[in-house]
Amino acid sequence: MSGVRVLVGTRKGAFILTSDGRRERWDISGPHFGGWEIYHLTGSPADPSRLYMSQSGGWFGQLIQRSDDGGATWEPVGNQFQYDGVPGTHQWYDGTPHPWEFTRVWHLEPSLTDPDTVYAGVEDAALFRSADGGQSWQELSGLREHRSGSSWQPGAGGMCLHTVVADPRDPGRITVAISAAGVFRTDDAGKSWQPKNRGLNSTGIPDEDAEVGHCVHHIAMHPSRPEVLFMQKHWDVMRSDDAGESWHEISGDLPSDFGFPIAVHAHEPDTVYVVPIKSDSEHYPPEGKLRVYRSRTGGNEWEPLTRGLPQSHCYVNVLRDAMAVDSLDSCGVYFGTTGGQVYASADSGDNWAPIARDLPAVLSVEVQTLP
Amino acid sequence: MIRVVLPAHLRNLTNTEGEVKLQVQGEVTQRSVLDALEARYPVLRGTIRDHVTQRRRPFVRFFACERDLSHEPPDTPLPEPVVTGAEPFMVVGAMAGG
Repeated sequence: MSGVRVLVGTRKGAFILTSDGRRERWDISGPHFGGWEIYHLTGSPADPSRLYMSQSGGWFGQLIQRSDDGGATWEPVGNQFQYDGVPGTHQWYDGTPHPWEFTRVWHLEPSLTDPDTVYAGVEDAALFRSADGGQSWQELSGLREHRSGSSWQPGAGGMCLHTVVADPRDPGRITVAISAAGVFRTDDAGKSWQPKNRGLNSTGIPDEDAEVGHCVHHIAMHPSRPEVLFMQKHWDVMRSDDAGESWHEISGDLPSDFGFPIAVHAHEPDTVYVVPIKSDSEHYPPEGKLRVYRSRTGGNEWEPLTRGLPQSHCYVNVLRDAMAVDSLDSCGVYFGTTGGQVYASADSGDNWAPIARDLPAVLSVEVQTLP
Repeated sequence: MIRVVLPAHLRNLTNTEGEVKLQVQGEVTQRSVLDALEARYPVLRGTIRDHVTQRRRPFVRFFACERDLSHEPPDTPLPEPVVTGAEPFMVVGAMAGG
């Protein structure tokens, strides 16, 4: 029988939750690397036994761990993330030039076809690639060296490259998102990059529809329709029907269009999930009710999903990489909170239950559907 | 033998408990001790010193013989009790948080 493996990164270690295809009973292993910040761990689509983990901390820096047995054992691989050449400066919070400094890996994106190839989105924003299973990393420096790079500014969480979306039909096309520079896309496997922010409007920057400078929080895509992208921006939920060439707003009737994660149903490319958050100064759900909102129309019309989720006195946040779906026939949806709960729905979001209640603050959730 | 005390996070990485004992060739300095430590445990590369500049990471300190040696040049000889193994060389994660 098929099964599911949920990979959870937290402020104080990694946890792996497994279940059979019914998704009723869960085994939890961990903490793996207890005490370390695990910004992200994820599996290779080409080999589900191959996992990559970003392990970091303010004291001892960055490590990358690799597992070849689905997370039972881990091996440290390369942790040298060196910018190409002299990296120059970007803008600091106060508008002064600030040297580009590597801080951590926010997101790992394994290749769709090769378990040894993996991309790393890092802070300060840049994209690295390894073709040897994480042993060595090379910067795709055309992104950071884009003419706008010296004007990029960090968002509140740092100047991070947090989203990497690979086009399953075109191996040369990769879309990334940076807080707070916005969306960039390459069509030549990372050599050159172009901003893809037309249609975004951000009230927090001097030029509201600037070419760059938007605080994009996350982007999601359905593999059957790679030209359609869904975005949760700092404020506004957005959609592109032309691979990022232009964006239009689909916030519609959401109670708040601020939030962090966005996800697409595994089998319905127009079914989209967000978790509205009250505001950028109040990082908790409106009215203290934790609600996932689902649109079955590709945006604009949203329904609250509440069954099994706390509907009073709930003041947790759900971070940008902390929502994912499985691909079983009845699509499972999963998200983790800053309060340490991981919630799961085995029926596309109609009903929810916590599958872990008291973990450290959850930074990321990924799901592997196992044969 | 040089005795090295690692902080908990690095003991976790190296799967060690208690002190690490190292043979150090030549003069015993911060640099030669850390070189020997990283040669024994390659996973520590980049966690105590920057990969490229070899400078101490900001929140890492080096203590020995009740002294903070963090700001000593890396090629300064370490105190004799560290060289003889009477005292350990301590790699410390700076206290932070509540």
